[in-house]
Amino acid sequence: MSNVIFTIIFFVAIGLFIRNTRRIIRNIKLGRKSDRSDQKIKRWKHMIRVALGQSKMTVRPIAGLLHIIVYVGFIVINIELLEIVLDGFLGTHRVLSPYLGTTYDVLIATFEIFAFLVIIAVTVFWLRRNAMRIRRFWKPEIKGWPKKDADYILYIELVLMFLFLTMNASDNWLQQHPDGQSYYTQVGHFPISSWITPIFDGMSYAAVVSIERTSWWLHIIGILAFLNYLYYSKHLHILLAFPNTFYANLNPLGKFSHSEAVADEVKLMLDPSADPYASTPVENEQQSFGAADVKDLNWVQLMNAYSCTECGRCTDVCPANQTGKKLSPRKIMMDTRDRLEQAGKQLDQGLEMDNNTLLDNYISREELWACTTCNACVEACPISIDPLSIIMDMRQYLVLEQSSAPTELNAMMTNIENNGAPWPFNQQDRLNWSKE
Amino acid sequence: MMDNTTNSVQTMAEMTQNGVSPEVLFWVGCAGSFDDRSKKITKAFVELLQSANVSFAVLGPEESCTGDPAKRSGNEFLFQMQASTNIEVLNGYQVKKIVTACPHCFNTLKNEYPQLGGQYEVLHHTQFLYQLIEEGRLKIDSKTEYKGKKITFHDPCYLGRANKEYDAPRALIKKLNAELVEMKSCKEKGLCCGAGGAQMFKDAEKGDKEINIERTEQALETNSEIIAAGCPFCNTMLHDGVTNKEKESKVAVLDISQLLAQTESL
Repeated sequence: MSNVIFTIIFFVAIGLFIRNTRRIIRNIKLGRKSDRSDQKIKRWKHMIRVALGQSKMTVRPIAGLLHIIVYVGFIVINIELLEIVLDGFLGTHRVLSPYLGTTYDVLIATFEIFAFLVIIAVTVFWLRRNAMRIRRFWKPEIKGWPKKDADYILYIELVLMFLFLTMNASDNWLQQHPDGQSYYTQVGHFPISSWITPIFDGMSYAAVVSIERTSWWLHIIGILAFLNYLYYSKHLHILLAFPNTFYANLNPLGKFSHSEAVADEVKLMLDPSADPYASTPVENEQQSFGAADVKDLNWVQLMNAYSCTECGRCTDVCPANQTGKKLSPRKIMMDTRDRLEQAGKQLDQGLEMDNNTLLDNYISREELWACTTCNACVEACPISIDPLSIIMDMRQYLVLEQSSAPTELNAMMTNIENNGAPWPFNQQDRLNWSKE
Repeated sequence: MMDNTTNSVQTMAEMTQNGVSPEVLFWVGCAGSFDDRSKKITKAFVELLQSANVSFAVLGPEESCTGDPAKRSGNEFLFQMQASTNIEVLNGYQVKKIVTACPHCFNTLKNEYPQLGGQYEVLHHTQFLYQLIEEGRLKIDSKTEYKGKKITFHDPCYLGRANKEYDAPRALIKKLNAELVEMKSCKEKGLCCGAGGAQMFKDAEKGDKEINIERTEQALETNSEIIAAGCPFCNTMLHDGVTNKEKESKVAVLDISQLLAQTESL
């Protein structure tokens, strides 16, 4: 009976997860094309180094080390999930133990040690977020849901680890009990949960069985629920960090994106013999220059938005943000995701996209013009998110579609057009310095 | 400065007319051509090129803004117009190698011109100067006036993070036998001076501090006598910062080429 219930819960959870994943993919595909099929080997290496190897996390050693503990713990403990799921389907108990012998003991012990380390790391994470005034965790864009989201993730992880250890502790107690010998055979080694085991002394056999069963069920249901929480959470990074680093921009950070659409126009301007009707590719005709909304961004930028875990390392190093300007690269990514979610919801309801845009309704012009394009945010991101490219695309929209650059910048650009320098000096005087 | 020597700087047009093809084109840039502080950098670099007997030319009146501030402002159209015009001139002279003292010009020429048909070997002047010293063409008197002095280096964003060149400028400072001291944010973590992304040409958005003041404070914390820069815009921003802090009599902001030009044994 229990295996039927388990099978239903399991497949409902997986079904929901697939539905949410499809929505994310659909939303990401609302973006423009960007060919990232090149340099496969370099991309694999980048992903292995940055996502799998966490190379950028350790730039900040304390947070980096704690994160690696949680990350490795998550992967290692998920090996145990294989057995839990098999037990669930088959109605068995610790089905893999007879096949693995002492290896099983070593594995269970390893999982326990990691569970313990994860509890410590997550507790420190919570203290860093709530008790210590770490600047990046108290920025305005983190108020409300993002703050709660961050705390919920930590609570869920703590609860899951405690359930896992309680399950083992009660199992261990039952293994010692004369009534338990047939079902709870003596397997596993419990270096951490054996500290909990004595609290069951004095309880009835049935009570401890129900504690063991409850922990087992809550643990696996918790994990399946957490899997489905990802879609609503910044925690999606645990999956998206991998494609995000794989499809990252591998060019030098100073090389900003090139616009073919503009190149076509420039060719027409400079080549009097060009046929304006023959050479304008149809594909570029409906596209506006730059980006006013999420559909004007490319799919990698949209994936970036879903991958962002709002750690705020970008905002922490942003010179504009450090000096009190409104710009926060993290907010650029959060706004992009919020707007994309909004657009996606409208699609789910069969509606046309509303008239809101990422520009103005989410990201203000003041934020966009405060950027110095210094690339500190891009360099700081542990999973190769590029907030700067979104800022640049939006500036491009403001200038090329709306001619609404700040006045001083318009003056600078007029100077470049007229005399080939950002200041009003005559181009013929460019060599005057040599005679002064 | 040896103003009389810069008189002999030749343009590509003059050199081509004489049938000479220079080793390298010196891309002076707008700041280097017109801004008073930056012109000193230009002259110092020319002095070093001449002392190393490098055959070089400039474009002079044929040079025009690379388009960097236009592109970073979002005016891709104006950028590509500038780039196309410049590439036509550069390709017309069959230029192969370019050196520039401006990291913005450097980045744009190196990374953003190739797609528009401009393929050149592009070097920042600190990279080129380091090569000249290593090849023995440029000689530095190791008993310089900088010996033991504290110098801190401000990484220009478009040389550092944008193009991963952190070593060349530092190697040059070490050649001066000076004590190189790092600011609390340097190299990959270097803090911007506040001028990039066309901010040089506009007022900053509302905030509680100017970026150049923040960076200048970091530089002053090192107790260096000299803040070395590798970008004409950073140079101006940091100089303004030092002036704002009323430290200009104690702390000098100088380009690395200026540091070298003052020591080099001519």
